[in-house]
Amino acid sequence: MKNLKKVLGIGIIAIAGFLVVVAADHIDAPAVQGGTSDITDFYAFQGQNTNNMVFVANVQGLLSPAATSNASFSENVLIEFNIDNTGDFVEDLVIQAIPRDGKMYFFGPVAPSQTGLNSTIATTTSIGGVVDITTGSNAIVSTNAGMSFFAGPRDDPFFFDFAQYSQIISGMSPSFNNPGSDTFAGTNVLSVVVEVPKSLIGGSGTINTWVESKTK
Amino acid sequence: MKNIKIVAIAVTISLMAFNCIDDNDNQLPYTPDFSGTYTQADQMGRPAVNTVFVSSGSKDMFNTTIPSAQNAAFQSMFQSNLTALSPAYANPGDENALGLDAAAFTGVLATDVLNVSLDGTTTFYDGTNVLTGRNLSDDVITVELLLIFGGEDFTENPTLTDDHVDANDKPFLTSFPYLAAPWM
Repeated sequence: MKNLKKVLGIGIIAIAGFLVVVAADHIDAPAVQGGTSDITDFYAFQGQNTNNMVFVANVQGLLSPAATSNASFSENVLIEFNIDNTGDFVEDLVIQAIPRDGKMYFFGPVAPSQTGLNSTIATTTSIGGVVDITTGSNAIVSTNAGMSFFAGPRDDPFFFDFAQYSQIISGMSPSFNNPGSDTFAGTNVLSVVVEVPKSLIGGSGTINTWVESKTK
Repeated sequence: MKNIKIVAIAVTISLMAFNCIDDNDNQLPYTPDFSGTYTQADQMGRPAVNTVFVSSGSKDMFNTTIPSAQNAAFQSMFQSNLTALSPAYANPGDENALGLDAAAFTGVLATDVLNVSLDGTTTFYDGTNVLTGRNLSDDVITVELLLIFGGEDFTENPTLTDDHVDANDKPFLTSFPYLAAPWM
């Protein structure tokens, strides 16, 4: 019962956050907010195997536990990790993730057929993999040729006292609280996680990377 | 309890089933249709950039401007919004702790990509390394607040430079898929 109260309280804060406009990239713009193409966050970090790089894209933020069981990836939304390894901010490689019938299909890293705002799916590449989309707490993962794949609900890894930030921005408060309160506590996102050998994305040096959602 | 058992069995079966599929990569039960053109809806590099620095009427446009065109289209807007938001850039010569003044800092931010090192530590900022990636545990908001409000040595506007939420509400995993299990 106490937990339920906690969840309800968080729900109210989450709704308050929604009205003000949010956070890492959660509901960042009118055309995408609250929809299946709304990116909430993007991470890129060295894997447990330090020869690998991990890319994480989260979509559909602020999911309550109840809403999570009804949330799903849209088959009309392509999630595309972009990698620029020549320093011109134009993608040299992409990793594409798209769901079909309960599975998430991954294509790449591969040079895209065209750069920019429009993409076709690189079905001819031999690099990639497929994983059953997880629906519960236990992560279903798959591996292929040194790459690892996951798609499904996870706890939102983002943390921020967004409610208090909103108070500050709107002039209602002069400062943050100590301790603060994590507006994203107790909420979930839909995650796509892919781990790839660094050798497939340039090997060494610095890359520029970003994630896009693209709709059909 | 019974339900939990059923779920556990179902998960076990699906794991086994998946392993079977994994062993027979060329024998997928059907060939999905991946045809067609997909057009950009949302994009993101660094955390909170569109949210904080793009004016409300331009947020969709920012999401559909390719990174190589973002600086020309948005740097001046970013600079106006930064100086309106933070007193730490009020005086000529004001810089943040990276040694960047308002023009230089927004010049970096307007191109919304994440810089990632393939050669070692990956972190948004860990006290030593700056912008070499983004870990799940990185307190990116406090880093951004420090760079926006903290001035040359992180000491300015101390009530605005830390939200005092320093970690996630669940511990992360040390192995793939790294993110914590969902709240159910």
